[in-house]
Amino acid sequence: MIAEFRGGNFRRVSFEVASEGKRIADALGIGLRGVAVGSGVAGKAAELGQYGVERVLVRDDPALEHYLAEIYVPVVAEMIKKCDPAVVILPASVDGRDLGARLGARLDITLVQDVTQVVCEGGKVKARWPIFGGKCFAWSEWADGTLPIMSCRPNVMDCLPPDTSKRAEVELADIPIPESRSRVKAVDMDSSGKVELSEADIIVSGGRGMKEASNFALVEELAKAMGAAVGASRAAVDAGWRPHSDQVGQTGKVVTPALYVAVGISGAIQHLAGMGYSRYIVAINKDPEAPIFSRADYGIVEDLFKFVPAFTEEVKRLKSTCS
Amino acid sequence: MAVNIVVILKQTPDTESVIRLAENKKSIVTRDLKWIINPYDEFAIEAALRLKEKHGGKVTVVSYGPSRVVEALRTALAMGADDAVHLDDIALKSVDFLRVTRALTAAVKELNPDIILIGSRAVDYDQGQRGAIVAEHLGWPHLALAVSLESDGKTVTIERPIEGGKVTLEAALPALVTVGGSHTIWNPRYASLPGIMKAKKKPLVVKKIADLGLDPALFKPETARIWITSLEMPPQRAPGRIIDGADAEDKARKLVTALHEEAKVI
Ligand SMILES: Cc1cc2nc3c(=O)[nH]c(=O)nc-3n(C[C@H](O)[C@H](O)[C@H](O)COP(=O)(O)OP(=O)(O)OC[C@H]3O[C@@H](n4cnc5c(N)ncnc54)[C@H](O)[C@@H]3O)c2cc1C
Repeated sequence: MIAEFRGGNFRRVSFEVASEGKRIADALGIGLRGVAVGSGVAGKAAELGQYGVERVLVRDDPALEHYLAEIYVPVVAEMIKKCDPAVVILPASVDGRDLGARLGARLDITLVQDVTQVVCEGGKVKARWPIFGGKCFAWSEWADGTLPIMSCRPNVMDCLPPDTSKRAEVELADIPIPESRSRVKAVDMDSSGKVELSEADIIVSGGRGMKEASNFALVEELAKAMGAAVGASRAAVDAGWRPHSDQVGQTGKVVTPALYVAVGISGAIQHLAGMGYSRYIVAINKDPEAPIFSRADYGIVEDLFKFVPAFTEEVKRLKSTCS
Repeated sequence: MAVNIVVILKQTPDTESVIRLAENKKSIVTRDLKWIINPYDEFAIEAALRLKEKHGGKVTVVSYGPSRVVEALRTALAMGADDAVHLDDIALKSVDFLRVTRALTAAVKELNPDIILIGSRAVDYDQGQRGAIVAEHLGWPHLALAVSLESDGKTVTIERPIEGGKVTLEAALPALVTVGGSHTIWNPRYASLPGIMKAKKKPLVVKKIADLGLDPALFKPETARIWITSLEMPPQRAPGRIIDGADAEDKARKLVTALHEEAKVI
């Protein structure tokens, strides 16, 4: 498994990938090794042991602080060769998708991106991933003698409960860092503590039904009460009410929360492509015929301007009685 | 500082399409589908045209697939691209995407571009790896998921959203950029009527694998290293329910109870 390390820590998705790696390794009757690169990663690498990784090969260098394909790919490719793996898995995060694709080309192996399920049958690995915006799924299989490599969609694969008594054995790799024609000029991390949509457990999204930008305060307040991230439909983004980074859908983000609340969103097929993987969907819409209701677990037919404030109050009440 | 820009595009089913599985359950029924330029590739075309408008140069669009793909290439020409290359070889129908990408790489290499632009994902099989593979085959830098793009003819700079923030990347040309973002950012132009008339006269070259100096034997289906064994429809969602109540407050109470006690998500 290839772990993703950023800003001094492993990203959560790395633990999901390690957990899935452990399941695959057990099914194949082999061990699980990790590969980790980054700045300051050596001191943290043993943590992967909590999720089943036995040994981690590490390349720690300040030049690896931020992901850059031209540098990461040759380094990680060499590390994979050293491990001589039977299967390679990595996160289908923004950087992981890029790394995996180019790694596949460099090692002349075939990557399957954004896998949501893996099965091992008779020693063979099969992977499933969504196509056509989630309208169907494809299963694929690699030819004999081809190394299976796949990126796993974040928030989908179950993370093992961490076993804090276990630590992975750390091994430093001495791989030169190549010259590159590209560089990272600036990094801007949002320090507001906002939850990233593609990793959020709960999302409240607003659509054209919100009528104007200032009304998103209602959505924000509900999201705050629920500890949720805020998303939007394309209509709301096109209208300039929300930044494009909030857009959920086929040309926006694919999200996988436990709960998705769609407020004033009709449920166009391109929107469903982004939120259809949510475990529970709540739709709030005044039009009982809105297509979103056919996908929602719980539907509320009501004017959102009446309903959302009442809903927010109820959520606050619940939180205050629970805590 | 005129730059030579190549855009690789794919024709995909319209995003509204109803997808039906073919009898063999390994492919989809393509009859009756409406075809469009993959939206992300359309963003790439727009980004290329803006670069050309600012700095001069030339935009060539390259695609592969059966004869219907000509329509997508003509649309790109009508939007303002200068010429087009269509890789139309039956062998490409049955090989894996590593080989398709090899053929595309050979086709773009001949064009000697300074910048290659391509959509970050295609809305059909959604593998999002074509750009990275072409860049690796060429040994070029690639800057992925651009939501902005600037070039001074020597370098290219993009902004790339990552989880929880964004990074600014720069590369010396030649370089490949995969274009992300949304309609709001790129707002791709429509093909105007005069554009459509002009496009009919613009050069569109058709090529076969052999024309690219590639060995057709490498493109035989039996050399595939990965294949799709089956397609399946997603599991049906259990039917949902409409929560009724006397008024908004009553419905809110019932919804919160359901989310807390039944679904256990809050
Ligand atoms: C190539 C392509 C890509 C696309 N990508 C995306 C994408 O990534 N994401 C995306 O979201 N869309 C995408 N779209 C657009 C999509 O087709 C829809 O246009 C869009 O999702 C509609 O947004 P909406 O539901 O907010 O607006 P509408 O469809 O206008 O729906 C608004 C809803 O609000 C309800 N409403 C209005 N007032 C109230 C009220 N007071 N109380 C309660 N309900 C109310 C209405 O009944 C209606 O159902 C894409 C389209 C194309 C062609």
